[in-house]
Amino acid sequence: MKATNRRDFFKLTVLATGGFMLKAQTKAADTKKATESFIPHPFIEITSDGKITLTSHIPEIGQGIKTSLPMLIAEELEVDWEQVNIISQVVNEDIFGRQTAGGSQSTAMNYQRLRQLGAATKQMLIQAAANKWSVPTSECTATAGTIIHTTSKKSITYAELAADASSLAAPHPKSVILKDAKDFKLLGTRISGVDNDKVVKGDPLFGIDQVQPSMKYAAFLRCPSFTGEVKSANLDEIKKMPGVSHAFILKSAPLPTGGVFGGVAVIADSTWNAWKAKDALKVEWDQQDTAEHDSDQYEKIAQEAIDNPKDKGTGTSKQTKQGDANSIESIYHYPLLAHNTMEPQNCTALYEAGKFEFWAPTQSPGRAISALNEIYKTKPEQVRVNVTRSGGGFGRRINSDFMMEAAAIAREIEGTPVKLTWTREQDIQQDYYRNACWHHLQGTLDPAGNISSFSDHVVALGTNHKSAGIGGKLSKKVFPLVFLPQAKISHTVIPTNIPFGWWRAPGSNGHAFALQCFTDELAHKADKDPVAFRKEILNSNAKVRGYDAKRMLGALEAATKKAGWGKTLPKGSAQGVAFYYSHRGYVAVVAEVTVTNDGKVKVDKLTAAVNVGPIVNLSGAENQVQGSMLDGLSAALYQKIELVDGVVKNSNFDDYPALRMPDVGEVEVVFVESKAAPTGLGEPALPPAIPAVCNAIFSATGKRVRTLPISDHDLSWT
Amino acid sequence: MAMHTINVNGKSETVDVTSDTPLLWVLRDTLGYTGTKFGCGKGLCGACTVHLDGQAVRSCSMPISSLEGQSITTIEGLADNGKLTPLQEIWCEQDVAQCGYCQGGQIMSATALLNKTEKPSEHEIESAMAGNLCRCATYSRIKKAIITAAT
Repeated sequence: MKATNRRDFFKLTVLATGGFMLKAQTKAADTKKATESFIPHPFIEITSDGKITLTSHIPEIGQGIKTSLPMLIAEELEVDWEQVNIISQVVNEDIFGRQTAGGSQSTAMNYQRLRQLGAATKQMLIQAAANKWSVPTSECTATAGTIIHTTSKKSITYAELAADASSLAAPHPKSVILKDAKDFKLLGTRISGVDNDKVVKGDPLFGIDQVQPSMKYAAFLRCPSFTGEVKSANLDEIKKMPGVSHAFILKSAPLPTGGVFGGVAVIADSTWNAWKAKDALKVEWDQQDTAEHDSDQYEKIAQEAIDNPKDKGTGTSKQTKQGDANSIESIYHYPLLAHNTMEPQNCTALYEAGKFEFWAPTQSPGRAISALNEIYKTKPEQVRVNVTRSGGGFGRRINSDFMMEAAAIAREIEGTPVKLTWTREQDIQQDYYRNACWHHLQGTLDPAGNISSFSDHVVALGTNHKSAGIGGKLSKKVFPLVFLPQAKISHTVIPTNIPFGWWRAPGSNGHAFALQCFTDELAHKADKDPVAFRKEILNSNAKVRGYDAKRMLGALEAATKKAGWGKTLPKGSAQGVAFYYSHRGYVAVVAEVTVTNDGKVKVDKLTAAVNVGPIVNLSGAENQVQGSMLDGLSAALYQKIELVDGVVKNSNFDDYPALRMPDVGEVEVVFVESKAAPTGLGEPALPPAIPAVCNAIFSATGKRVRTLPISDHDLSWT
Repeated sequence: MAMHTINVNGKSETVDVTSDTPLLWVLRDTLGYTGTKFGCGKGLCGACTVHLDGQAVRSCSMPISSLEGQSITTIEGLADNGKLTPLQEIWCEQDVAQCGYCQGGQIMSATALLNKTEKPSEHEIESAMAGNLCRCATYSRIKKAIITAAT
């Protein structure tokens, strides 16, 4: 795609408000072909030979964004889904705006502006037709890629209007009228993923599938305890191994979100030969004593911090008195977790004449470009990132350490592309982990069974005494604290050398477990139904800000109604409830579990009611809610990263398991009708699924799970 | 390095690789069949599932030296000249995939099951598919797609 001053022009296209400025734009005249292109914005191209191409600009990591965002344009543009071709584009945040898949933000950020873009383009096409026919635009309507003159029934296709529309002045996107929701043809329907046919054929969509001419294969060995430089390695021996062409040491270039870790690189003619050479490495590491970085050690320190709290915290709630019949206190704990994406981290990189090119399964190409700039002082024009489909993300690929590792290796063999692939073991042991926290919760009930005092002392892992790792800080904007002005929060941070990362619904994924299970304990203490107890709290303070109690009540009602809350179940089976507000989504979950008398847990059914505003793609939305709840369930049932002497002990799917088909029961999803601004779905259904299951286990067995994973507990009953 | 001959998707292929190289990496790095995915390297996840004489096997755990002269079918070999199998069609229509990374292996396992058992029970589906992990947890839709294909 070439055009005069294209870059300068596109700079004007993103308004500070996140909207777009449109301007008619044609491709530089291609005299050989008589094809004209109408490109009102790089998101849309309509050619005179009938092609309608829409760009999807956010990395596809399984959240279905490549399908759902173009639906927004197509709806307002009035084209049939079968008429459009969807493409991904290279990274250019000047043109497209934020191109990170993270924080469930893509839908919220793009819902309005992509619709405006489609509507403004449609308006230009209507204008072009009206001009051609010398009729008022009010007599023209658009449908299925055609403009129709309503009185004469004349019609003309978008393709035929491409050249004329290109010469028109564009309307201001905010001046265009958007369709009424009742007239939607696409939005809210089920649309299958645009790349499904490629997925089922095994086409090379993913990062790990990338092949470049004369490409080499790399493996990299990092220090097993996160930090540490290489003192010496048996490089000469390694270079003699079959297929190996290079072996060299890389020094670390640490960055908070993904620099280069010190280690040894091996380059070979195949992944297998590179890995074999990596496994044959004998390395002497220059590292600090790591004995203190140990899961058991952290547990002891946390217990001491809970017994002797130093932070006075905020809020007026007093410490509960021992033996007070109206009070309860509990300690909840959840462990470190790895992301364990199905596609392990990998990256293909080429360094040539001072420029880097990447083919990478990344959630955040922008972060990678920034990281490269920090390490090598590269300018934007010296970096090109080709974003591939990602085999799962879950937050792992927001960090760009694997890309920086590939870049550092590629620099050593200038001019030759190299593909770095991690083993599963490396992927689990070199992660940016979900924080492990302890919540010391105390609550007191008044004579009416309402909460009169509530406190949570959160002990989290972090990088030093002052900064908790991601997810280790609790805010007061969560249930039930947001309804309790007296609620007290205090924090302790245990310093570690662990890299922390964004793990699907950061913070919320653990806080929901502690707070929603403890709420359940209080409901039982008050001798109230757990749903009724929660409703009383949601109804207790109408002045709460930043938390829409009505939307949560609606979700709670919908979930409990659908699940038949309170129905009679056989002994060993029971329901549990929980809800959570995160990533601007309100989700309530009812879990139905069966615990056999020898203690085996089966989650028979999960029912979620979700209020995230209007749904874009019903099929994709349902997938996200089901998938995120089951992801939470995998973690809750089985997963725990264990550190021993600074080294992660888990290694593969056998000691870090996830749900398999026989483990999965029924999953039902209800979307609550809502006029709220639409928000994302990659995360908000995960946090409440975990406490809903634990609360159901309590009802089934009388045993309260306060430490995850569930599989660590003896849940047998008689 | 040594020469090894196998048949992939009906085509005879001779490769010069180290003899302990797993079939997976011969397919991916040497022959360019990247539809077969690496997931664990230990036969734990099923992402690398291919057919060996019609049986679903884990290619990550089979050294090339043990496969001399054998016939392999990969995910690329299911469609006939670009025409999807009925199971692949259903997979698309029912929008099974999320990230899609494991789906090639899932389809290979499901295809082998349906070739052997025309109308599998739910229990038979679950046990045939238990070796295929999906981190996006698309299991309900996978199961439904197999049931639809069998009816």
